[in-house]
Amino acid sequence: MSDQFQGIEPMVYQSKINVPYSWWAGDTATRFFVALRDEKKITATKCGACGKVFLPPRKVCPLCFTENAEWVNISDEGTVLTFSVARRQLAAIPQDRKVPVIWCLIKLDGADTAMLHYLDEIKPEDVTIGMRVKAVFSEKRKGTIRDISHFKPVK
Amino acid sequence: MDRAAIIGVGMTKVEKSKVRETFADMAWEAVNKALADAGMTIDDIDNVVTTSSDFWDGRTISCMAVGDASGAADKNVSCVEGDGTYGAFYGYTRALSGSYKTTLVTGHSKGSQCVSSLITNASFDPIYDRELGMDMITACAMQANAYMNRTGLRPEDMAMVSVKNHGNAFKNPLAQLPMNITVPDVIKSEMIADPLHKLDCSPVSDGCCAVIIAHESVATKFKQKPVWIRGLSFCTDSFFFGDRDLARSNALAEAANNAYKIAGIKDPKKEIDIVELYDAFTYQELLWLEEMGLADYGKAAKLLEAGKFNMDGPLPVNPSGGLLAGHPVIAAGLYRIAEVVMQLRGDAGEHQVKKAKTGLAHGVNGLCGQSHCVWILDKER
Repeated sequence: MSDQFQGIEPMVYQSKINVPYSWWAGDTATRFFVALRDEKKITATKCGACGKVFLPPRKVCPLCFTENAEWVNISDEGTVLTFSVARRQLAAIPQDRKVPVIWCLIKLDGADTAMLHYLDEIKPEDVTIGMRVKAVFSEKRKGTIRDISHFKPVK
Repeated sequence: MDRAAIIGVGMTKVEKSKVRETFADMAWEAVNKALADAGMTIDDIDNVVTTSSDFWDGRTISCMAVGDASGAADKNVSCVEGDGTYGAFYGYTRALSGSYKTTLVTGHSKGSQCVSSLITNASFDPIYDRELGMDMITACAMQANAYMNRTGLRPEDMAMVSVKNHGNAFKNPLAQLPMNITVPDVIKSEMIADPLHKLDCSPVSDGCCAVIIAHESVATKFKQKPVWIRGLSFCTDSFFFGDRDLARSNALAEAANNAYKIAGIKDPKKEIDIVELYDAFTYQELLWLEEMGLADYGKAAKLLEAGKFNMDGPLPVNPSGGLLAGHPVIAAGLYRIAEVVMQLRGDAGEHQVKKAKTGLAHGVNGLCGQSHCVWILDKER
């Protein structure tokens, strides 16, 4: 608004926000990740009132507002509800994934909600909504969502 | 119920990089413009609500950094983290509470100072989703695919939104990115995340907006014509994508219906004259219009093609150029409110639309439109 600063070189301070942070996974996610890591099993919580099966599992059914007391095993196969394909190496993409990276929202058989993960072993052009896919587990599993390496098409 | 009105608005120019202004400098400009617009001094303001996001601002308690420049010294100041429409919602409830008469609401952010892909990645669940490396663009690409699959929408249909809004921006001196482009230009632009091309995505932007909300008892005390708040509502969908139907937005349908009900609007297609909505991506303008009942589901593109949403059409949508012509996150929804206010007052200048009695302003918070805030504003009380 005032021009008393006209012609002065604007200064820029380079910095970064880099704060270590530990997320306690909590009982529910811990149980899910232990089953994934130790048994290559995908598990979900089930609402005792409406019977809805939640993946990723959570402690509370948001619809009934009650605790999900029951655990069920879920198939490692499911259906692609939607997907996206990164063509630009966006900053959030992990170092070990190179474009094109395909993510999809997968409804696994036995679950009522869908989970996010990678889709691989397929060309982006061949991905379709409604296609059947199957989980591929990582060799080395550490108890994280990437204990599933990716999903691949069911032949 | 008591009524409240918007009696002053101030917007900085939306720019790619405001290297000469800090957050507080932007707030200073927007607040002074709003005060001048209202014919008020800072002493006439009895409380302040600032809207900002710590992650985007690169600091904690980011609201505190703009308080002084917003004239909040010795006043009751509070803050909202999220889109500016939510900050204004809070401001409105304060005006109705009986404790305050004049609320100054600001919203600011600078996309230019950070890496938006990393910031938006951080809104994913840290335990289940975040390390997969999605961000706002790849998430919205997923929503666009679901919506296209459900409705048969083609990339060319979405591209028309980009052509219209970048074109409208030529008439708005505050817009960042006026462009004279065609549908093939959009389709030929870089594919960032299928099906979203670069020109389907809003740009990274800096900006600050301020609005002044007054209780009815003082709404006509100052120089500016009040624009009356007739109805507003917000509603939020599930956090996890897999719990939602991404091809739809139930939260928006509900927010819009509530806002219409409060405003006494029976047929929004006939009663709304002008819309400023949150077009962070081209497909969103169409999907949001449909969920707000301003077009039938899957039919907005046809109406767009027929010119219905043009600046000189029967229902102008984003005559300012919208977010595609400049997207200061957080402030963006507040800009939508300010733009509708200018239109209803007849002060929008070159992008003024012809008939503007009742307007709709819309803001979004969260990935793939998790939460929506809908405002119905009116020239008449």
